[in-house]
Amino acid sequence: MSDAASPMLEIRHISKRFGELSAVNNVSLTINKGEIFALLGGSGCGKTTLLRMMSGFETPSEGSLLIDGEDVSKVPPYQRPVNMMFQSYALFPHLTVAQNVAFGLKQDKLSKAQVQAQVDAMLKLVHMTDYAKRKPNQLSGGQRQRVALARSLAKQPKVLLLDEPMAALDKKLRSQMQLELVDIVESVGVTCVMVTHDQEEAMTMANRVGVMHEGEIMQVGSPSEIYEFPNSRHTAEFIGSVNIFSTKVLHVGAEASQMSCADMACRLTVEGGVNALEGAQLEVAIRPEKITMARTRPEQEDNWVQGKIHDIAYLGGHSVYHIKLPSGMIVMVTTTNINRHAQRLTWEDDVYLYWSAASAVVLYQ
Amino acid sequence: MSKLGARSLIAVPYIWLVLFFLVPFIIVVKISFTEMQYAIPPYTDIVTWADEALTINLNIGNYYYLFTDDLYFWAYISSVRIAFIATICTLLVGYPIAYAIARADSATRNALLMLVMLPSWTSFLIRIYAWVGILKNNGLINNALISVGLIDQPVPMLNTEFAVYVGIVYAYLPFMILPIYANLVKLDNSLLEAAADLGSPPWKTFLKVTLPLSKAGIIAGCMLVFIPSVGEFVIPEMLGGAETLMIGKVLWQEFFNNRDWPVASAVAVIMLLLLLLPITLFQRYQSRQLEA
Repeated sequence: MSDAASPMLEIRHISKRFGELSAVNNVSLTINKGEIFALLGGSGCGKTTLLRMMSGFETPSEGSLLIDGEDVSKVPPYQRPVNMMFQSYALFPHLTVAQNVAFGLKQDKLSKAQVQAQVDAMLKLVHMTDYAKRKPNQLSGGQRQRVALARSLAKQPKVLLLDEPMAALDKKLRSQMQLELVDIVESVGVTCVMVTHDQEEAMTMANRVGVMHEGEIMQVGSPSEIYEFPNSRHTAEFIGSVNIFSTKVLHVGAEASQMSCADMACRLTVEGGVNALEGAQLEVAIRPEKITMARTRPEQEDNWVQGKIHDIAYLGGHSVYHIKLPSGMIVMVTTTNINRHAQRLTWEDDVYLYWSAASAVVLYQ
Repeated sequence: MSKLGARSLIAVPYIWLVLFFLVPFIIVVKISFTEMQYAIPPYTDIVTWADEALTINLNIGNYYYLFTDDLYFWAYISSVRIAFIATICTLLVGYPIAYAIARADSATRNALLMLVMLPSWTSFLIRIYAWVGILKNNGLINNALISVGLIDQPVPMLNTEFAVYVGIVYAYLPFMILPIYANLVKLDNSLLEAAADLGSPPWKTFLKVTLPLSKAGIIAGCMLVFIPSVGEFVIPEMLGGAETLMIGKVLWQEFFNNRDWPVASAVAVIMLLLLLLPITLFQRYQSRQLEA
C-alpha cells in the first residue's frame, strides 16, 4: 500500500434520489490511494447506486465526487479516469478477447504497437495470453472474469470499480478468484472500490469495509474492526451471527460497567465505561464463538446464563448450538470440534454459558 | 412413436409447401420449355404420343429469346437496382425507428409496435393507391407546397422512380423494423455502459457496439425487403412511370398483354434463379449465427 494519508476518491455529502425514493442519503467517504475498499450491504441498500455514481452512470442529486483532487461529479463516464468490471462482465460478444481488452485503449490516441503491447501485458497479467483470439462465448466463467479484469485494467485507471465481482462464479472458483484478484489488483497498485453483498468476500478481499444500510454508511473500518467492534445492531447482525441482549444500565464505571438483563439471572458486565446514563436501555452483542459452554456453573459472578440445548448444527469443523434460556431467548454458541471422539453435549442437556467482560460489545444504534 | 409424431407435425407445412409452391413452380418450369400457341391452354405439350412415337419436345427458345432481347436484361438490372436502392432507403428510415422503439419503455414499446403494424390491416392496394393521391400533380404535397408559396408549378412526383422508392419504403417498412427491433431489444444495456466506461463517446459506441451487434437484424430486414421488391408489380405499376422498368411489370405484360405464357414463365424462372443467390447467402449467414 502507498502512503495511507493521500486520498484518491473523495465523496462529499452525496445523495441520490429516484423520484420519491432516496437510494443514497448524504454519504461522505474517503478512499485512499492503493486501497481496496468494499461497500457491503444487502440488496437495495444503495451500494450499487453509489458505485454507479463513481463510474458516472448516475449523477448525484446532491454532493460532489472528487477523483485525485478533481471534481468529476458532472463528467460523463467516458471521460472519467475510472474503469469498471461489470457484474455480468459485459464483454463484447462480437469481439475477440484481445479486441475486448484493446477496446478502451483504442479510444486514446495510441499507436497500434502501443495498443498491442498493452493488450499483451494485460493478458499476461491475467494468464489469458493463450486465449487472445477466442470469442467470449468460447470461455468459461472464470476466464471471462479474467478478461473483464484485464479490460478494466488496460487503461490504467485511477480507480478500479468492481460490481459484485464474484457473483457469476460458483462457490469453489469464487474463493480461489478472490485471492487471485486481490493479488493482481495489488501488483498493479490501483485503487479499488468493490460492491458486494457477501461479507466473507468483503472481508477476504478488502483492506477496509463500509457497511451500507438504507442508503447510508453505517460503519467504516478494517474487516476485524467491523466484526469485533460493530457500532450498530445492523452491522453486528449483518456481519456474522450475534446474540443480542437487551439491558438496562445499573452502574457506569471507568474499568467496567454493569447492566441488568431480563433474560439473565446475573448481571452483565462490559469492559470500560458506556456512553449512557444509569437506567438507560442498551443493547449488548456477544458473538457465538466468544461464549464458552459447560455442564457446570462457572466460577465468575457475572456474564453467565443457564439453559437447555434446543438445536445443534454439526458443520464438521465446528458446531453451532442453540440454547434456550428460561426466558425463551435463544442464544447461539459455536464450538470448535477439536477432538474426534469427544463426548459432545446433546439435545435437552442443561448447560451453562459464560463469557468474559471483554467479549461483549455495546451497540448504540 | 414421438419421432413419428414430430415428423408428422413437420409434414403438415411441408405438404402445404409442396402442393402449393413446389408443384406450381414445376408447372411454371414446364411451361417455360414449351411454345406459345393460340389455344387453351396457350402453350404446346412437352410430351406427345402420336403414331406409336413418344416425342419429347423441349423448347429452350424462350430462354434464348430472353438473352437476345436486351429489354429483359435491362429489366432485371433495373429491378435489382431499384430494389437495392429502396432497401437501403428502407434501412435508413427503419433503423432509427426500430432503435427508438427498442429504447422506449416497455409500455410505450407495445403501442409503438402496434402503430408500425397497424397500416397492414388495410388493403395493400388501397394504401398504394392512396400514394397516388398524395404524389400526383394536384395531390396533397404539391397543393400544400403551392399554397404555402414554396413552388409555383407542381413538382412532378407521380410516375417517376422516386415514387416507386416512396412506395417500396412505405410498404415494406414493417419488414425492416421488426427484425431490427427484435435484435436491438435484446441488446444488453451493460455492453453500452461498458463501452462508455472504456472511454467511448455515445456515437462511437453506436458504431462499434450497437451496429455490429444488430447485424443479424439488419441482414434479415434487408432480405425481407429486397427479395419481394425485386419482383414487385403493384408499386411500379401504380406509382412508376413508363420508363420505370421492373421485371414484375414485364412478367405481367408477357402473361396478360402478350398472352405469351412460355416466355413469361421463363422470365419468372430466371428471376427466381437470380434471387437464389441472396437467399442462400442469407440462409448461410443465419445458420452460422445459430451455430455461434
